[in-house]
Amino acid sequence: MEFSYYPGCVLHSTAWEYDASLRAVCERLGIRLWELEDWNCCGATSAHSLNGELALLLPARNLVIAEQQGLDLLVPCAACYHRSKATAVLLATDPAARAKVEEVFEQPYEGRFQIRHLLEVLGEESTLQQLRERVQRPLTGLKAVSYYGCLLVRPPKVTGAANYEAPDSMDRILAVLGATPLPWSYKTDCCGGGLALTRPDVVERLVDRLCTMAQEAGAECIVTACPLCQSNLDLRQQQAAARFGRDYELPVFYLSELVALALDGPQMARWWGKHLVEPGKLLRAKGWE
Amino acid sequence: MASSATSITPNASFLREVEEASGQKISPCYQCVKCSNGCPVNFAMDFLPHQLLRMIQVGLKEKVLQSSTIWLCASCETCTTRCPNDIDLAGLMDILRQMAVREGVPLGQENILLFHTLFLSAIRARGRLYEVGLIGRYKLRSGAWLQDLALGWEMFRRGKLKLRPSTVQSQEQIRAIFARAAEKGQSTCLPRLNAPQRPGGSRETR
Repeated sequence: MEFSYYPGCVLHSTAWEYDASLRAVCERLGIRLWELEDWNCCGATSAHSLNGELALLLPARNLVIAEQQGLDLLVPCAACYHRSKATAVLLATDPAARAKVEEVFEQPYEGRFQIRHLLEVLGEESTLQQLRERVQRPLTGLKAVSYYGCLLVRPPKVTGAANYEAPDSMDRILAVLGATPLPWSYKTDCCGGGLALTRPDVVERLVDRLCTMAQEAGAECIVTACPLCQSNLDLRQQQAAARFGRDYELPVFYLSELVALALDGPQMARWWGKHLVEPGKLLRAKGWE
Repeated sequence: MASSATSITPNASFLREVEEASGQKISPCYQCVKCSNGCPVNFAMDFLPHQLLRMIQVGLKEKVLQSSTIWLCASCETCTTRCPNDIDLAGLMDILRQMAVREGVPLGQENILLFHTLFLSAIRARGRLYEVGLIGRYKLRSGAWLQDLALGWEMFRRGKLKLRPSTVQSQEQIRAIFARAAEKGQSTCLPRLNAPQRPGGSRETR
């Protein structure tokens, strides 16, 4: 398998460990990644909040480049994935939007490629089989809750998610790694996303709800596939615990970090060092560090 | 909604304005309240999403455009996904934000517009987001200097903050995108990217 790879801005900075662990996993699985040539920001929430033209043209530029690269596009950030996919859907259904994009970038666009998220690629039966064969350190006894957040699944018209209220692809991947995915009702509840800087009080309350429910489900950790979810849950967790008088201390992993752990990936200590809720204690207790 | 003693004379002109700008039918909303029940941010809003829809239906334009609701919506799309009348509420919030900015009304959550404006400003400058620059500028303009100092230090200590920005090479394409977005007559708005923002007028409402 090979993909064009659109890391997005955050994977080059605060979510560095997501990028590093994803690349490590792909290397182990023989998935080749070709970084999208000269990619730009997707515009995120700010573009669609304020300006429909930016919300269309910023992601469209990346799609035009992806079409020239001629491979399916792998997008690990849930927000970039959502913006890219919403734009692809619009371009496929709205001839005026497509004509505008072709005019601005002076390139034809037909959309002859798929936009895939890491979760979709890892959740394919063929990849699961490969994982089964390659697990070197089964994550036996690791009690985890899968946290999908919003933008990987909603709205289903854009994401194509079949089971958008109760997705289970991450649970299946975790089970293949040997971990114990626990049932809980907050898989697709929102973490507050882009409100982190402007309304941290709101984000803390949402983080508290998620961590409290994860703890009640019996989880030792939370697993995410979105850099915004991971950073809100990790960075705001201690503040939320202090504010609401709780005792949770739940490492928040990227799914790719746990896959790499099970495949015995390289230089993992550098990833763990980026987490504010340090995974070291949990990993040592399991004998994995 | 009939909580106050003042009576409301329904006026459909705002409803028509919103329906035209959004390309959506708002009138079918029959107040099932699924949107508000599933909304993760409902506790922080001054009006709940279903209330906002009713307010649009009866023409309470000022209240709608000045509400904090339209800015606090996290675009999680739970409401959009669950609405039995297929109203894309999250998309509607975008349209209402743009109307509020265009009309220049006092905003229910001024600092969130400031954040979005600085974000887009950063993208216009480099084509990619430089997080440290955005955080610094936001704090400078919003006056929220003391907020999250310890967290910022922790992130710095762990090397989570990338100190060197990265830039798109085809700057002319980024310029073309923003020029297109700023064109007059577009149905959208691009507020004062360079103009000074109202400083400090953004104390959060708890």
